[in-house]
This record gives sequence, C-alpha cells and structure tokens, in this order.
Amino acid sequence: MLYREAGQYKTNYADDQAIFPLKQDRWLMAIALVVAFVVIPLTSSEYMLQAVIIPFLIFALAAIGLNLLAGYCGQISLGTGGFMAVGGYAAYKFTTSFPDLNMIVVFLLSGIIAAFVGIMFGVPSLRIKGFYLAVATLAAQFFLQWLFNKVAWFYNYNPSGTITAPPREMFGVMITGPNASAEARYMVTLVIVVVLALVAKNLTRGHIGRSWMAIRDMDIAAEIIGIRPLHAKLSAFAISSFYCGVSGAMFVFLWLGSVETEAFAITVSFQVLFMVIIGGLGSILGSFIGAAFITAVPILLTNAPQFFGFNMPIDLQKHFEVMIFGVLIIFFVIVEPHGFARLWQITKEKLRLWPFPY
Amino acid sequence: MEVLNTIFVLPFLDMADSPIFFAEVVVSGLLTGVLYSLVALGFVLIFKASGVFNFAQGAMVLFAALTLVGLMKAGLPLWAALALGLGGAYSLIKNLQQGSRNGVLLSGAVIALAIVGSFPGLPIWMALIITAGLMVVLAVAIEKLVLRPLVNQPDIILFMATIGITFILEGFGETVWGSDIHRLDVGIPDVPIDVAGMLLSTFDMWAAAIGAAMVAGLALFFRYTVIGRALRAVADDHQAALSVGIPLKTIWIVVWSVAGIVGLVAGIMWGTKSGVQFSLSLIALKALPVLILGGFTSIPGAIVGGLIIGVGEKVAEIYWGPLVGGAIENWFAYMLALVFLLFRPQGLFGEKIIERV
Repeated sequence: MLYREAGQYKTNYADDQAIFPLKQDRWLMAIALVVAFVVIPLTSSEYMLQAVIIPFLIFALAAIGLNLLAGYCGQISLGTGGFMAVGGYAAYKFTTSFPDLNMIVVFLLSGIIAAFVGIMFGVPSLRIKGFYLAVATLAAQFFLQWLFNKVAWFYNYNPSGTITAPPREMFGVMITGPNASAEARYMVTLVIVVVLALVAKNLTRGHIGRSWMAIRDMDIAAEIIGIRPLHAKLSAFAISSFYCGVSGAMFVFLWLGSVETEAFAITVSFQVLFMVIIGGLGSILGSFIGAAFITAVPILLTNAPQFFGFNMPIDLQKHFEVMIFGVLIIFFVIVEPHGFARLWQITKEKLRLWPFPY
Repeated sequence: MEVLNTIFVLPFLDMADSPIFFAEVVVSGLLTGVLYSLVALGFVLIFKASGVFNFAQGAMVLFAALTLVGLMKAGLPLWAALALGLGGAYSLIKNLQQGSRNGVLLSGAVIALAIVGSFPGLPIWMALIITAGLMVVLAVAIEKLVLRPLVNQPDIILFMATIGITFILEGFGETVWGSDIHRLDVGIPDVPIDVAGMLLSTFDMWAAAIGAAMVAGLALFFRYTVIGRALRAVADDHQAALSVGIPLKTIWIVVWSVAGIVGLVAGIMWGTKSGVQFSLSLIALKALPVLILGGFTSIPGAIVGGLIIGVGEKVAEIYWGPLVGGAIENWFAYMLALVFLLFRPQGLFGEKIIERV
C-alpha cells in the first residue's frame, strides 16, 4: 500500500530511464542524503566519524570498484589492496610535488594512475579467467606492495618508510593532515563517494555496463554478438582500479593520515571482496550495505563483551572475533548467497503488497 | 648496455663461476618446492573432486600442526574433549537408531579420540593418529555444515565460504592452543651432510622423501581402491558419477579428510622447519602460484609446479634479487606463473579448455 507503483505513470522517456522510477525510492534516497549531509555531521561524535563512518564510506567506494569488475564484468580480482596502494602513493607523490594542486584533482589524478596500473594487470584477463585470473591478480597485490616498500622514491626517501598526509586546505578549510577536523574530512569523503557512486550507477545502466554484463554472462557469446572482449575487460579493469585508487588515496589522506605498505596488505583485498559478496554481486547499493556490515561487525564484536559485562583476556577475545567473523560469513553466504542486495529486493516485493497480501 | 649486462649476463657468469654453489641453490630450491607441492596437493584434491577452490587449505595446515603440538604437550582442554565426546555420543545414538554400521563405528572412534586426546603428553605416534582423526571429524563437519547447504551455488560463493572456514579454523585453533610459537620436534635429525660437495640438510631430504612417499601412496590409492576409482569418476563428471550410484557425500568427506591429512603432513614439515605459528596459514598464498602453474586439476602438475616455483624462487632471489633490493620471494612466484599462463592458460598439465556457446 505504501510502496507500490500504482498511479505513477511514465509519460516521457526521461521518466522511463530515471534511476529511481518510483516516487517512494526517490523519497528514501532524499532522506538518506539529508541524513548523510546534515544529520550525521551535526550529531556524530569525532570517534564515531573517525572509527566507523569515514572508513565505511571509503571502503564502500573500493567495494563499488571491485563490484564493477567482479559483479558486473565477472572478473574476480584479489588485487584490490594493491590498486588502493597505487592510489594512495600516487596521491602522496602528486601533492608533495605540486603542493598547490586542489586535493580533489589530486584524488582524481591518482585514480587515473591506478587505472593505468589496473589495465596493465588486467591484460592476463584476456587469456585466463575464473580462479586462474583471481590468483593471477594476486601478483598485482604482492608486486605493488613490494614495490612501494622497496623503492624509496615513492615515499620521498622518508627514513621511516611511511607516507604521511601533508596539511592541505580546500575553500579555506583544513581537510587533510593532523589538524583537519573529522567533520571536514567526512564531508569531502561523502561528496566524492556520492558523486562517484552516481557515476558508477549510470555506467552500469549504459552501454559500457551492458557490455560488461554480457561478458560476465558468457564471454564467447558476447564476442559473437559484437562486443569486443578486449575493450570490455580492460575498461572494467581500468574503471574498477580508478575507483579503488581514489578510495586508496582517501584511505591515506582522509582516514588514517599516515600509512605504510602493510596497510594495503592482502587482508584489505579480502575485506573488500567480502563486502562485495555479502552485499551482493552486481549491485551498487549492495556495495554500500556490504561495506557497512564488514566495517561495523568487527567494531561490534570488539565492544560486545564489555557491553554484556564479560571480561576476556585480549588475545582470547581477538581469536573469538576472528572465529565469529568466519561463522557470520558462512552463515550469510548460506542464508542468502546473493547478498543483502537480494534481501532488499525481496523486502521491496513484499512491501508492494503489505499490509494486504491478497 | 651496462644494465642489460647486469641483468642478463652477470648472473649467469656467477652461476658458471661456482657450479657447486649453484647446484646447492637448485637442490635447496627443489626441497622447498616439495613442501610447496604438499600444500598445493591438498588444493588439487579438493578442487578435482568437488570443484571447490579451498582457500582454507593453509588454515588446515596450521590447524593440524597446532593440534599435533598441543596434543603432544598438553592434551585436549577439558571443554574441547567434552564437546567432542558429546558430539560423538550424540551421533552414536542417532546412528544406532538408524542402524548404520559405519556411522556407529565412526562415532565410536570420535568418542575414543576425545577420551585418549585429553591425556597430556602423548607419544608422537598416538598424537599423529588422533590429529588425523580430528582432521576427519573436521572434514565431516565441513561437509555437513558448509558444503551441503551450498550445493549448486556459484564457485565464487563456495570460495567465500572457504575463506569463512579459514577464519574459523585460525580463530578456533588459536583459542584452543594459544597463539605462541610452538616448537615441533618429530625426531627427524637436522644436520648438514655432504653430498658430492654440496651441503644439504638431512631434514630437507627426509621431507622430500616423505613427500614423495605420500604422493606415491595417493597415486596408488587413486588407482587401485574402490574409493579411489569413485573419486576419479567424480572428478571427471559429477552428474555421471551420481547417476551410476557413487555417493557424492561420502566422496566429499573422503577428499576433505585426505586433504586434511596431507595438510597435517605439510604442517609437520613446515612446523619443524620454522616453528608452529600463525604464519603457517599464509603458506596457502605460497601454494597458489604453484597451482596455477601446474593446473588446478592435475596432481602431477602440483608436484612439478611446486618444484619449478621452488627452484625459480631461490635462484631468482639469490642471483637477481640483489639487483632490485631483495625480498622478491613474495611476488616472484606469481609473476613467473603469470607469464607462464599467458602462453598456456590452462597451466602445465591442466585440462585443455574447450568452450562452446
């Protein structure tokens, strides 16, 4: 009753092609945006922003990137951490070489560098597929991590081997570096993520997204109907790596502030893969839900024992966390292999008839 | 010119200069390669029989080694033994009701494991048997709780589930046995001996011999036993195997058990070499390039791939590593496998990929 399309006529092509054809969806989206842009910055504490919300947004962007590649184009990649590292280190080199460059431009440029690296490591996808490809992308992960660790030029010959976000301003507000407030960093992250998510959504609805999906469903058949696998696969790698690169740059500049290569280790790649799969392969919304789930669960698990008044030794608690996390992954994969996005879809179907299901 | 010279000429001159040292490097690479093969073997067994890319193989290696060390030192903690015993008793009652003889025997064995396992300071052979038994219990649990509900799901979902298993095994193993580095001593001497001018470690030789024996044993098992034949049938074609009456469930349990026991052997070897610790679980990452090099479905591929990667890695690290700052071991194997795949996408011995629309 509340959520149904009855009476909403599409009278022109623009209506027909809208991202959210239903009025209710538009309202939901508008409310979500208002909450994100107004309510959260006004009400959230510094800790909440720094520990939960900013990482959630940054990982959501990386998850969108991987989802474009794995969910839409069907090429599984385990090199996400490596591509994020490219973004992070490229942004560092750009902003230390050209201090006057606007940070947004820096982020986009580092995304483009990551895209080129992505194309390079995407070339094997033309020959191999499936798990062979997944393992092959691990080459990117390990090679890039080693490269940024060994070649001192990338971290400006800093003896500690870490890269630290220098203080930079935008519109007179400090947005990176130790003096930037969490609110400012949050707003920058939010704007970038919202814009890029919108772009991603439109990419997947358009020509390029459709060619990706054709490749995913069956690449030989796609080739026969005239889709060029070279273009489709490499563009998927490029755009996916662009997203991962921007996310990696924000990871360094807007979240952690100072990282070494270990921050982009293979665990990050797996984390992003979890987000994509638990959220739902082939769904932008799913990337957000998956990212929220994977960032929130460890925090909840860490705080839960104290909340219930248990006191465990710290190492035992750590092991329990890992174990419960594993159990949760298996549980969700068994309960809904198509991820949260599918659950949301089912909910919407149910809502159409609710509360009079006859 | 100078650069080309240092990359393409000087390393080979170095090799020719001291052939004995080069041979030593190669042999030690081969011996490490055997250990890689052992881990890769577990992957291949499971992938062949169930099409599951089992990321948890590394965690199984860690779990087996931890359990072995723990049993030799302290025995099962009371609660773990109780849980295991109760689980065994439950399935015993259920199987008695259903009148399944194998089930009754199996659950009886589980209860026996729980009782014997709780004595501290077991001799090594007993600890070995109990650990192997626990790996079988683990295989049954994985089949029942994870694989069966996920039948017919896409590969990537099963892969995810095995990553979940990895987390559970790592967390569980360390909860039960603690996260310190344990020394594992199975009584194999580790002294350098002199073979034709080369210094080799006896332990490495033993490891290679045991690995070879294991592979031979597996080959015989696959060739001449009923279960082995059924396994090969399943690996060939699931549906055809089902239709001639091969019980897929049993086969899966057998494969996962065998993979667990192979993991145990790998765990003993690696654990004796470098101590039983969390990083054993990362061994899986070392075995992956071996897999793609050899082909996911080929046992000889896993062995030859392991040897190639072992030698390639050692030689590259020693002769070319210094040129780029060292520590190239982490990624060199992957690059080697990647370049190789460009020319032969199905790996060394993988089945030829035939695709139809």
